[in-house]
Amino acid sequence: MERKYHISKHCRIDHHGVLYNGQPLSAEISTEFSIFSKAFYYSLGTTYPKFFKMDNLSKLAWLGAEILLKEELSKNIAIVLSNRSSSYDTDLKHIHTISSTEQYYPSPAIFVYTLPNVCIGEIAIRHHLQTENIFFVSEQFDSQLTVNYCNYLLNSNRAEKVLCGWVEYLEENYKLVLYLVEKTGNLAHDLNVVRQLML
Amino acid sequence: MRKVYIGPYNCISSLGYTLEDTWSAVVEGKSGITLQEPIGEIPNTYAAIIARDELDSYFTAQLQDIKLSTPFSFTKLEKLMISALLPIVRNLDITTETELIISTTKGNIDQCDDKDKNGAAASLPALAQRIAYLFGFKRSPIVISNACVSGLQAISTAKRLIQMDYCKDAVIVAADLVSEFVLSGFRSFQALSDGICRPYDEDRKGLNLGEAAAALYISKQPIPDQKQQFYVAGEASINDANHISGPSRTGEGLKCSIERALAEAAILPEAVDFICAHGTATVYNDEMEAIALHRTKLADKPINSLKGYFGHTLGTAGLIESILSLESLRNNILLPSLGYQKQGTSLPLAVITERIHKPLSRFLKTASGFAGTNTAILFEKEII
Repeated sequence: MERKYHISKHCRIDHHGVLYNGQPLSAEISTEFSIFSKAFYYSLGTTYPKFFKMDNLSKLAWLGAEILLKEELSKNIAIVLSNRSSSYDTDLKHIHTISSTEQYYPSPAIFVYTLPNVCIGEIAIRHHLQTENIFFVSEQFDSQLTVNYCNYLLNSNRAEKVLCGWVEYLEENYKLVLYLVEKTGNLAHDLNVVRQLML
Repeated sequence: MRKVYIGPYNCISSLGYTLEDTWSAVVEGKSGITLQEPIGEIPNTYAAIIARDELDSYFTAQLQDIKLSTPFSFTKLEKLMISALLPIVRNLDITTETELIISTTKGNIDQCDDKDKNGAAASLPALAQRIAYLFGFKRSPIVISNACVSGLQAISTAKRLIQMDYCKDAVIVAADLVSEFVLSGFRSFQALSDGICRPYDEDRKGLNLGEAAAALYISKQPIPDQKQQFYVAGEASINDANHISGPSRTGEGLKCSIERALAEAAILPEAVDFICAHGTATVYNDEMEAIALHRTKLADKPINSLKGYFGHTLGTAGLIESILSLESLRNNILLPSLGYQKQGTSLPLAVITERIHKPLSRFLKTASGFAGTNTAILFEKEII
């Protein structure tokens, strides 16, 4: 029998600010991501020095996950994320380090972030999630795919909850929408609701 | 859950342009890894590279052969993907229920320079759209970019999509290049070997990068006119949650992935005939695998890494290595792990050192990658 799932919490980070379950979270809004992300990190009250070593995509994903998972007790949470530009924001930085013969300085600290799924790794490490994970890349958020894939993970008991969403960062253009799917919650986990969240 | 069957497959590697070429070269114990001329600022490096001019003529001949005319011009990566796909898609009835799944880590990254601020040339969705359009796929393609497990996870994802009735069948294609981009990065990690890589060996010094493309068809229906049927019996992809670039010291994510794959297949470790592991030949990866395989009671099972034949092919690795292991299963041949001589992991593994002919029913394929990713799939065969 097809089981029904719910969205228990959701959040959004973009140029308009931060929303948690649709309500604004106090944060210093700035057009520059480096300033905004640092201010918002401090406002969360978590001490996690590794945050400052991350690339922009991982910082964005980490902040979103922090909003939703900070008080989660379950460790059986799978992660299904996607975006449009993969890790291109950091790819550019790596390309820059190898673009001139005079200044050729590829760095492991940059190169490691030239994969989009490293932001999943950062969330998994922070929240101790030894769970199912996958990263898809598509022009727009593929609601159909993500909703079905998430239901499969829950139906097959591969996870108790699933953190789903979109995490896009390229050259100061960014948008994150994350939502947590589980047995109970205020919103139905269906295509229409997910499409609304992504608008 | 229903069985999901594996149909025709194909690959292109530094060892040849068809599955038959790569398979016979591997059976003969050949390696496609050679010392390369300097690439950009990278001095002479051992890597497995597909010659551009040779690929161009092969590609042109293939297109003429099927009278496919297209207004597009294609990059090296796209030529590899299309050439790998052609024999699979040529006679396939692509319906609205046929999904296209693309696995790559870096796609067309070799086409970008630091003036390309929007990344149009390296766009993975655009790449996927071009491939889908060329072959007349009717659904929007799915791109998986989950580091070095991508190619293997593409198979488990296709199996899941079919089991959940998201689609009836799927074509998977994977490709990655040995670009200056990835070479310089792996070199900065000091992960590259100064000779042909030696997975699990005492003297292993790192990996070789390789170029390859692979394609595989997968369906809810058994494949017609095929006496031996192959299917995905169980799979899982569990993260280590330990380190973004270093393998877990306990092999926890790989151990959990293997345990869950075996549990789904309802197979005990002793029933596994062989393992085709990731085996990059870096010190820490191979050690991590040895620990995970001991913890899952699989350490005495014949094991190989295929990296010594055609290098670490990144987003293609899991797919091409599954394909060659399926050929092992079909032909009842265990392939030796090229480059192995002496135990180099703290716990022993039963690394295959010579070609062995014996009846085979099932194998375990594993992959692990950056960001703590791991995937394990148990493949089985049945004779009908």
